[in-house]
Amino acid sequence: MHEMGICDGILSASLDAAAKENATRVNSIDVTIGDLTEIQGEALQFAFGVLTKDTIAENAVLNITTVSALSRCADCAAEFSHGRFDAKCPECGSYMCELLQGRELRVDAIDID
Amino acid sequence: MRVDIAKGILEKNDGLAAENRRMFAESGVFVVDLMASPGAGKTSTILATIAALRDRYRIAVIEGDIASRVDAEKISAHGIPAVQINTGGACHLESDMIRRAVATLDLVELDLLIIENVGNLVCPTDFDLGENAKVMILSVPEGHDKPYKYPNIFQVAEAVILNKYDTVSFFDFDEAEFREVVGSLNPAAPIFPMAATKGDGVDAWAAWLTDRIEAARAGESA
Ligand SMILES: Nc1nc2c(ncn2[C@@H]2O[C@H](COP(=O)(O)OP(=O)(O)OP(=O)(O)O)[C@@H](O)[C@H]2O)c(=O)[nH]1
Ligand SMILES: [Mg+2]
Ligand SMILES: [Zn+2]
Ligand SMILES: [Zn+2]
Repeated sequence: MHEMGICDGILSASLDAAAKENATRVNSIDVTIGDLTEIQGEALQFAFGVLTKDTIAENAVLNITTVSALSRCADCAAEFSHGRFDAKCPECGSYMCELLQGRELRVDAIDID
Repeated sequence: MRVDIAKGILEKNDGLAAENRRMFAESGVFVVDLMASPGAGKTSTILATIAALRDRYRIAVIEGDIASRVDAEKISAHGIPAVQINTGGACHLESDMIRRAVATLDLVELDLLIIENVGNLVCPTDFDLGENAKVMILSVPEGHDKPYKYPNIFQVAEAVILNKYDTVSFFDFDEAEFREVVGSLNPAAPIFPMAATKGDGVDAWAAWLTDRIEAARAGESA
């Protein structure tokens, strides 16, 4: 879907940071993607290959760390990880839970020369 | 050399969305982002909502489409201001597009702004536009199993409209199962069965929207 746009965001944040350090090359970019976003790793890698062409990040490695969903129950305060469909407190059965992680879309760091 | 960035990829979109939200609140306009598949009945729902609420609220519409202005023309034909955004192939709206579109509207003269997002059950969920509420429409012919395939959109929506309900007897749509899955994904979201083109069920949806608009106003003046 919109992995191109997401990748554009990753790349511009990375290239901005690289330019500030007067880098000549970006070797790798680390990103964190939550399980509950609509981003697919494979599509993101494909977009990355296309968009890095003719930039100092050409041939850089995109390291994707995925984060599974974690919620806290509003009724009993239990914290639990879950998939998309079972955001239900395993302790007390409540559905009133606050999502603590799982929707991340973040550039963590770059490695540059 | 390693350089820490720790920056949200959607930071730019989120930042502009926050500015939009502030601008909408200052102008006293309530903004709904309507999301659905192509053809689920977004434009029909907007027309039904206009018919139900135009005596009470001053309404405008933003039409997001990959191309064409047919939807905007349908809205304008009813004497309601409509701004067309052609995304030029992009599969969702972003907050800067909304910013540019509202520049052509007099926000202070509006109470309700409805945004028709691009027909897509995936992308719009990740993009904050600065709206007060995201609402999703599922139409009966799409099937009751859609929440299994596209859970995110059912999670971010504050209300779900089940449109084309007039056709429910022609499809093997299992409403009980649909309600159960949506309920497990998003227990707080009401589900409104509706036939937008016929007007059935529009009252309950319009009443919910009115409550939300009035609550937002009470919050602002409090
Ligand atoms: N039977 C029935 N048909 C409907 C209903 N709502 C919409 N339709 C029909 O479904 C078709 C698509 O409706 P639209 O309102 O244009 O749907 P949309 O989601 O805006 O479509 P796009 O903008 O093209 O993605 C039209 O032919 C409508 O007449 C309904 O409640 N019942
Ligand atoms: Mg439409
Ligand atoms: Zn998209
Ligand atoms: Zn609990």
